[in-house]
Amino acid sequence: MSAPMGILLGFQPVVLWTDALLFLLVALALVSALRARAQAPLRAAWRKVGRRPTGMAAATVLLAFLAVGLVDSLHYRPLLPALENAAGADGAAGAGPASGAAPPAPPVSTEVLSALDALLAPLRLRTEKTYSAPFAWTLYQRETVESADGGQVREYPRLAHGAAHLGTDPAAARGGDVTLRVGKALTQAALAWLLAFLVLASLVWRGSGLRWGEVALAMLAGRTVLAWRAALVTLAVLLAVVAVCVELAPLYHVLGTDKVGQDVLYLALKSVRTALVIGTLTTLVMMPFAVALGIAAGYLGGWVDDAVQYVYTVLNAIPGVLLIAAAVLMMQVVIDTHPQWFDTAAERSDARLLALCFILGITSWTGLARLLRGETLKLRELEYVQAARAFGVRTPAILRRHILPNLMHIVLIALVMDFSGLVLAEAVLSYVGIGVDPSTISFGTMINMARAELAREPMVWWSLAAAFVFMFVLVLAANLFADVVRDAFDPRRA
Amino acid sequence: MLGYLLRRLLYAVPILIGVNLLTFVLFFVVNSPDDMARMHIGVKRATPEAIERWKAERGYDRPMFVNAEAEGSARFTETIFFDKSLRMFALEFGRADDGRDIGQEIRDRMGPSLAIALPTFLLSLFASISFALLLVFFRASYLDFWGVVLCVAMMSISSLFYIIGGQWLVSKLWALVPISGYAPGLDAARFLVLPVLISVLAGIGSSARWYRTIFLEEISKDYVRTARVKGLSELAVLFRHVLRNALIPILTGVVVVIPLLFMGSLLVESFFAIPGLGSYTIDAINAQDFAVVRAMVFIGSVLYIVGLILTDLSYTLADPRVRLQ
Repeated sequence: MSAPMGILLGFQPVVLWTDALLFLLVALALVSALRARAQAPLRAAWRKVGRRPTGMAAATVLLAFLAVGLVDSLHYRPLLPALENAAGADGAAGAGPASGAAPPAPPVSTEVLSALDALLAPLRLRTEKTYSAPFAWTLYQRETVESADGGQVREYPRLAHGAAHLGTDPAAARGGDVTLRVGKALTQAALAWLLAFLVLASLVWRGSGLRWGEVALAMLAGRTVLAWRAALVTLAVLLAVVAVCVELAPLYHVLGTDKVGQDVLYLALKSVRTALVIGTLTTLVMMPFAVALGIAAGYLGGWVDDAVQYVYTVLNAIPGVLLIAAAVLMMQVVIDTHPQWFDTAAERSDARLLALCFILGITSWTGLARLLRGETLKLRELEYVQAARAFGVRTPAILRRHILPNLMHIVLIALVMDFSGLVLAEAVLSYVGIGVDPSTISFGTMINMARAELAREPMVWWSLAAAFVFMFVLVLAANLFADVVRDAFDPRRA
Repeated sequence: MLGYLLRRLLYAVPILIGVNLLTFVLFFVVNSPDDMARMHIGVKRATPEAIERWKAERGYDRPMFVNAEAEGSARFTETIFFDKSLRMFALEFGRADDGRDIGQEIRDRMGPSLAIALPTFLLSLFASISFALLLVFFRASYLDFWGVVLCVAMMSISSLFYIIGGQWLVSKLWALVPISGYAPGLDAARFLVLPVLISVLAGIGSSARWYRTIFLEEISKDYVRTARVKGLSELAVLFRHVLRNALIPILTGVVVVIPLLFMGSLLVESFFAIPGLGSYTIDAINAQDFAVVRAMVFIGSVLYIVGLILTDLSYTLADPRVRLQ
């Protein structure tokens, strides 16, 4: 359809539903941040978040994950090499049309890639045959290879890419090589951190009326109002890890490879987007229902209240996992029986991901709706709301002006509190078989694939470990951040 | 009291009807039986005859609501809605895809589920409350701070990790107990120790932290200060006053899950190969056995409603001021 544009750009942009919603969410966050700047109470609450070291540190980690997820949400379909007329363009290797050499086939590949895939091309394309341990130079299992004299020997074959630059005696060369490169990477990280510190200190210094040196020292000593030191320390750790990975990942498989030889670091980074989508979009898609129904039930009362309460009692009565299972099974039947809706496999798995968000949303909006209903019941009896009613302000205006703004802190708290639970739930659901599509890379699918290999002797542990560690860091940061946000915004905890 | 109970039971009827209608819509209206048959048989092998046979085997070949061909009351009873949906109220769940009676299967599997869920429930309640009380006793100290940090860290770990890690460490490395399996009778203990301990460990982080918040809220109230002024020791204050008064919010969250214990835990039962209702559900989900999933949804909601009523009853036990009428 947009092929001419695709040829112009060298690729055809693809906007998946979850991409659009994710960016919508970011836009919403930016807009509300701008509006929060103008309102003193909100500004004060956010300053409270910034004053807590855990809040700043967790926010730094979450921003890093968010950056990975957003870069991974810019999708495109590369042009096929035949049309690009560039031999050796490996961007779309292995993505030729399934029908073989059909000339009038679509000029773009059916494979949907993301900007992150392009950035991580060295990781994505350098696949091995099967498992290999972190930093290994051989495969994890013996294979029969022909030796020079024509006989056959069982040995561990060298990896095609991992540690391939080490020459003939990798065992001796590896230690020195890694140490050297880690040293180099840490130097680079230190320089990058220094640059970031200079920029940040200048930003903090602007308009403070102090000397620059004083501000910088205060930041390092942790004497600033906002906990900049915590953010800087976290940033230093993050930069060190990233720099080491950037330096070593193109040469070694830093976290090993999985069953089909894919780099585990690549899989773990790709999983971040799935986790973010599930964690945020679920709340985003259920929020309108929860807010509308909760407020309607609380403010209007009467039969509306009865009806809403009935609906959420029914939904609550079904154990969550079973409702999710039933809904996902049915959704899968719909998706499978309508293949014509989707152009590419990526769109199909994206549809399932979005459907999963909706289903999780349906099962989880009841809690928020109940909270909002209770709070609305309290608010509608307050003097200023009664005064507004007495002055003849219409109901929609009262809801918009007086009720809704006073409920937003509950919505915000729900958004951050639910995130970590949803990320953990995704892994469990994918294990049970009612999570994301098996072709979607996520922590759940990673764990699921790796689980079967635990029985091997010696054990293949790196896939599992990578998934669990990434998930742990993400969820821990989210939990800490959620606690700080709740403390700052919940008036009862003031 | 009796009147209250009766009224609550009557309330349950519309809710169960709602659950029933919802599952019916999900399973039969969103997808026609033809769609399900096609997916079950496999799209490539789905000839019209195969689909008809699949539907006939399961009784899906009848009309949805009204059977125009039948006479009398059979006009309504010989339909999918009556057969698959309304019969559940009589606890008749029909047959699973493998031909076994679902009701019998559920009765058989309830025991193993309970054998694992009940000890887990009691132990984790005890452990979390003890840990929370310990933190509250040492509140605003380093022990409290690091205890909360530990709680947050523990609740940030995926439950899959607890299970996989526990199995690997205890069963494989130390070889203390079998990795998985189940035996009837007292023999079961050998198989149950690890899953119970792992479930307790996996849940302690979030619940201990939650109980701590409840206790802290209670401890800042005036009557606690009065009790201290009277000269009561801190331990007596904690156990005799704070714990008892915090029971109401604790019961709200806890009693509701007691009936659901019958359903077992999906994850633990499937990892440890325990033949309970949880693994039954997982197997049904993986085999896309819709009849079993429907039955479990219905039972789950019945148990949830029982839990709600039990919660109200437990209030009267914990707090003599509460009267149900």
